[in-house]
Formats: sequence, structure tokens, C-alpha cells
Amino acid sequence: MPLDNAPDKRKFDVVGTRPLRPDGIDKVTGRAKFGADAVAPGMLVGRVLRSPHAHAKIRKIDTSKAEKLAGVKAVITRDDLPDHTKGDAGLRDIWINIMARDKALYEGHAVAAVAAVDAATARKALKLIKVDYEVLPHVTDVDEAMKPGAPVLHSHIFTDGVEPKPKKPSNVVRRYEFGHGDVEAGFKQADLIVERTFKTEATHQGYIEPHACLANVGPDGQGELWVCTQGHFMVRDTCARLLGMDISKLRVTASEIGGGFGGKTTVFIEPVALALSRKANRPVKVVMTREEVFKASGPTSSTSIDIKVGVKKDGRITAAEGTFRYQGGAFPGSPAEFGAMTSFACYDLENVKTVAYDVVTNRPKQAAYRAPGAPMAAFAVESVMEEIANKLGMAPIDFRIKNAAREGTKSSYGPTFGPIGLLATLQEAKKHPHFTAPLGKNQGRGMACGFWFNFGGQTCVTLNVTVDGTVTLSVGTPDIGGSRASMCLMAAEELGIPYDKVRAIVADTSSLGYNDVTDGSRVTFSTGMATIHAARAAIKKLCARAAQIWGIPEDAVTWEKGYAKPAGPNAGDFPPLSLADIAAQAGATGGPIAGHHEYSADGAGVSFATHIVDSEVDPETGFTRIVRYTVLQDAGKAVHPAYVEGQFQGGAAQGIGWALNEEYIYGKDGRLQNAGFLDYRIPVCSDLPMIDTVILEIPNPGHPYGVRGVGETSIVPPLAAIANSVSAAAGVRLTSLPMSPPRILAALEAQAKGK
Amino acid sequence: MVKVVVWGSLKPHTGGRAELQVDAANVRELIDKLGREYPGLKPQLDRGVSFAIDGVMFRDGWLQPLKPDSEVFVLPRMTGG
Repeated sequence: MPLDNAPDKRKFDVVGTRPLRPDGIDKVTGRAKFGADAVAPGMLVGRVLRSPHAHAKIRKIDTSKAEKLAGVKAVITRDDLPDHTKGDAGLRDIWINIMARDKALYEGHAVAAVAAVDAATARKALKLIKVDYEVLPHVTDVDEAMKPGAPVLHSHIFTDGVEPKPKKPSNVVRRYEFGHGDVEAGFKQADLIVERTFKTEATHQGYIEPHACLANVGPDGQGELWVCTQGHFMVRDTCARLLGMDISKLRVTASEIGGGFGGKTTVFIEPVALALSRKANRPVKVVMTREEVFKASGPTSSTSIDIKVGVKKDGRITAAEGTFRYQGGAFPGSPAEFGAMTSFACYDLENVKTVAYDVVTNRPKQAAYRAPGAPMAAFAVESVMEEIANKLGMAPIDFRIKNAAREGTKSSYGPTFGPIGLLATLQEAKKHPHFTAPLGKNQGRGMACGFWFNFGGQTCVTLNVTVDGTVTLSVGTPDIGGSRASMCLMAAEELGIPYDKVRAIVADTSSLGYNDVTDGSRVTFSTGMATIHAARAAIKKLCARAAQIWGIPEDAVTWEKGYAKPAGPNAGDFPPLSLADIAAQAGATGGPIAGHHEYSADGAGVSFATHIVDSEVDPETGFTRIVRYTVLQDAGKAVHPAYVEGQFQGGAAQGIGWALNEEYIYGKDGRLQNAGFLDYRIPVCSDLPMIDTVILEIPNPGHPYGVRGVGETSIVPPLAAIANSVSAAAGVRLTSLPMSPPRILAALEAQAKGK
Repeated sequence: MVKVVVWGSLKPHTGGRAELQVDAANVRELIDKLGREYPGLKPQLDRGVSFAIDGVMFRDGWLQPLKPDSEVFVLPRMTGG
């Protein structure tokens, strides 16, 4: 839905500057209220009992002793959450995930919950709940889960997308296929074919703030929920539907958020807290422990991927093929299709075919993690591309430039690309000093490209002009990456007032129309465009007031850098009226002045990035140190460049952890062995170099300022770029993530033995 | 007629063809006609899809007008993190 877009011609006054963030002082002084900071009079503590088994029938749950314990105000099980899903398969999966029905499907699956006067009593009550389990065979590995004879999780899953339709249930939910051309013919034309198999382990988004909420449901059926989430409207609608409430009777307020990265785009404890509160008739707060976050929230998929690429001697790719097997935990919905769709999106290919399989296993239900599904696919594809370039004797960057997708390329997932910035990131990378800097002993350099779609979504914004000429802006998308600052900049740009005269808040669900979740790198694009629309609506009203004050027609007034002015000499000779002048008279000239906009934003522009990484591998210990890292990415238009750089750096930092250390480690019993930050190693400051950034601005024609989302693309190339760098440093191709010291040593030893 | 392209694994529901010709003035009409003419597609359409219309991605936008020469790709419904 483009506006009057000519983004490349616009000159900006405040957009593109780097003012202080509006939430900065609150966050560094501890005044900001996060999910667990919510309190209410008479509040109870909620705790969840979770399955110790990876897969088990639940024969009976006896809560009688817990209910009799002094201080316990409510105990709930599956019986307290009847089925209100009305045939909605996705909602039904969430309903089963928040509280197990006939089976516990993974270790950590909720089976009961209590609300008590304090945490000690709640914990004691959990121990008094007796669950009679019949332990079943389990499977946690994606390849094992696809084999005939694997323990089957669900009797209703018959693989969709294959012919003939299977007659037996299996763990393979769905098959996807994308591509164009004839890959077999393409491979016949190739002078060189490289074919490799890759594996990646499941990782967690690693947000520092655990899931937390405070629920308060009254006897009249009205409820409130304060929650740490990426989408409080989604939380409201999902919880209300699960609990059989009218949506309008549940008011949800989003707290500040200590990280989400996609992991807070669904519900886990929220409906449970509401059900406990409804039963206890008291407010109930539930805060996950870190162990619960690992075991019972939504990590990303582990994967198994085959890639085959054929090239001519001159470096032109003739065919590319990939098979992507993603396990998404105990329910359908792994991002396998996005892995397949994004995998070859950086390349201009005549013949390409990708096949994806969505697989269920006895693990927690996966949730989104920045550019869901894409980083693992890029790891596999970009590793093969690097290997091919090396085998051809071409510089990997020249190989990529030769085959890069550009405007007019038919993408590997179907549509033809409009103006895109991949080539610009590659050309800038080639010019960057990092690219030719000398390497030290045991060091290697790698690079990779990455792609993400970005999208828009439902959005609603209200802008109010106050009597002193300052402006409040109410948005409905939780601020997970600096969006309040960006919205203030865009409102200030349109209105022609200083940035610090605009204050943005994230309004609750009863104050605004529906807003989709903060995900898909959509907020600066879609909430930003709604803010621009709302500001323009307010300007129209400001001009109308000026016209009334001057006694001239509305269309004889124009708005220029914060002032209403007569549109020309024929309109009359009046001194300009500032926004503050008009606001001061608002009460006497027609009442408050506001602008509003609601819409479904579409037209988000795709985004590309190129990363360059230097690493150093100790051949004796297998320890890897990242010594230099550079991100080059197309932002369309960087509204607040410091936040854009922060997104680039954050993606690289998370990618470093994912590539080198992070993994869900399961024992033979199907239980997670490293559910804590001591054993699940995310990178800390001392693990990271300064991550250099280069922002490129190839305007998105679908946005008035040219904005593209930037939050997700930055995590797509790191796994591959680091793998290429580590493989160069170690002198052996690494095909499994994480590239932890034991894996690197094993690869070195295998190479030494000639395996 | 609008040219509609479905992803490969939906072809069993469209008589083995990835490219279809549909007479539709907007996305809503397109969804209705696809569901009627190819009932096997209906479960996927009900689960949710995205559309790329002449190269631009639409996740919602049922009222988005389609030109007679538009090229529409039916794609899995976009989600993100």
C-alpha cells in the first residue's frame, strides 16, 4: 500500500539522526517495569507442574492432597481447561501445549498448576500432586523421527503434500516443494557438482527476561493481564478464545521486554495464569524459571539438510537443489518451508528445486527465532557455495557477485524481485578494508549472504496533540528493538517539530484497534507508516483549525516544517501558526486535535545482507575466537541508524553463539541435559569482537521513506559466514553446528586419519 | 485471466499443474475461486497463505485488486520472529 512514494528524493530533517532513546534512563536505572515487576493487592504465586518424561500417557492426576494444603487457593489440570478451540487446528495445538491432555509430549510439558499464597507453598503443593504416567518410547532427532518404526507422536498426522496420501500416521507433518526450471538438466550441464549434508542443533533465543505475567480475572468474567510479550493483542485473543471469554472483556498490557527475538510470539503461561486467577478469584503471577524457559518455551528447530549445487567452469551455477528436514518439537509448524524458500534466494538460478519436511519430535513446541528457518538453510547453502568457489579457484565474493540475485531475478521461491540490495552489499563488502586485511596464524576468513522476506500486518496508531504543542503517540506493537524512538522520529519528521516533543507509548489492548505481533521485521515499516498516516491526518486537522482562525478555506492552508501557512499570496497575508499556537487554542476552536490510522500494511521490501568474519582456531583445543566481524545490510532507510546498527550487531552476536556453542543436548532418556545458562553457553561480551556495520540504503518503494525491516536478516548469514571462516582457519570443512571445541577436534582428527 | 502459481507440493490438488489461470478481480475472489475449483487446496487456503502479486508480498490484503495480466504466487503464510 504505497503512499505518494518517492523515497529516494526526500530530504529528511530528523529521520536518520541518532537521538537518545526514550526508554534509556528507565532501563539503566531499574525503573522500567518488566513482566515480573507487575504486582496487585492479594496477589498469589502460580507454579506449573511439568512432565519429567519425554513421552508418556497421563492415566490419572490426583490433586486432592495439594488442594488441602494450607495456603493453596487453586489447583488446575486439563479438566479446568475444556476445549473451546472450535475446530481451529492451530489453536488446538496451543491448547494442548499449555496443558497436556491425554499425553505428555515432551519433558517440561505442563500437566497441572497451582496458585498459593507464596512460592514455598506453591512448590510444596506441586510435590503433592500425583500423576500416574505410562511412559512411551520417544524420539528427539529429526532424522530418527522420520524413519519407519519411529515412535509416532500423533495418530492424526498423515503426511500432507505427498502422493499417494499415506495410510499410516507418521511424524512427518507436511512436505513442501518450491523452485523452477529443470534441475536434472541443469546438473547435466555442470562441470563441477558439490553435494553435502549438514546438521544444526536446536538453539534458544536466549532472551534474558523469562516469560512472566500477572493475571486478574474477576467473578464478573472480566480480566486483566500484564505480560512480557511481543504481541499483547495476540495474547488477548488467544487467551480469551482458550478460556471461552469475550475478547473485549480481557484487557492486556504489555510490559517492557527483556528480549524476545520471536520467542514471545505465542502463549505458554498466560492462559494458565488466567485460569488459576479465575478459579482462585485472586490475582496470580506466574514467572518461569530459567529451566522452564529452556524446557517449556519455544526454541528453534534442529535440522538436517542436503544441498547439491552444479556449476560451469566459469563459475555460473547451472542447478541447485536442497532438502530441508526441520523438527519443530511436539506440534506441527517448524519453519521448514521458510528454510526451503530462503535457501537459494540470494542467487539468480535457472534451475532450482527445494523440498522441505516439517517433522514432530518429543521436544518443546518450537517458536519463531529471528528469520525463522532461514539461518540454518543459509548455513548449508553458503557453505557449499564457498566450497565450490574454492574448488573453482574463484574468490568466493566474485563467485557470489557473478550469481547474485538482482532486480528482475525470478526468485528461488517464485516471485520476481523488484529493486533489491544484495549486489550493493557484495560490492561494498569487496571494497571494505576488512576484506583485504592480513590474517594471523591459525586464522581464517569467511563470508556469507542472507535473505529475509519481511512483512507488514494489521496496525493501528493514534496521535494526540496536547495543549502545550507536544504530541503523544499510542502504538500497539511492543517495542523490542527501539521502535518508540523510530516512531517519534517519523512523527516529528511529518509534523515538523523536534524529536523530544513526541512521546510514544505502547497502549493496552482496550485503547487501540488490533495490532499484529511485533515480528517479521514489520514494526518500523508498518507501525511507522501508520504513524506517518496518523501525523498527516493530524496535520489536516491543524490546517483546518488555522483556516477557521484565519477565516479562509481549508485548502488555502499548507503545512510546512511545523507551521500552518497560507498556501499562497491569494490565500491572504497571515503570520504562520505553529503547532503549539494551534494546540493552545484547540479547546476553543473545536476541541482536541488527533490523528489516527488503522490498516493492514503490505508492500514490505525484502532485505539482504553480507557478513565477513575472521576467526582463529586453536588446533590443540578446538577453541574458536572470533577476531573480526563486519555486517553489511540494506536497511532501505535507516530511521534511527544507531538502532539499525544494534540490530545488525545483535544478529551477529546471536549467530556467533548459535554457530560456536549453543545447542539443546538431549540424553537417551529424552531429557534436556543443559537447561541453564551455565551449561547452555550464550556469548558474553568477552567472546565478541567489535562488530562493524555498514548500512546501505536501497529504498523500498512500498514505504514513504523507503524503510525495509532490519531485525531478522542480520541473523541469516552468521552461521554460514562463521562456518566458512572456521573451516578456513581449521583447514577442514565443518558441516555440523555448533562448531564447539569437541566437534572441531573430532573433525581435525578425522581429517588426520584420512577419513 | 490472472496467472496463479502454487508451490510444488500443492500440485496434486490442482491436477498436477503449478500454473493456473483464474478470472479474479481481487485476492478475495481469487481465494474463493481457487477453493471452489480445486477443493484440495481449501484446507491450505483456510490454514492461511500469503500472496506475491507482481513481485510484492501480501500477507493479508484480500481486497487488493488484481490486473488481468497479474502474476500471483500462492505462498505459505509468512511468519517471523
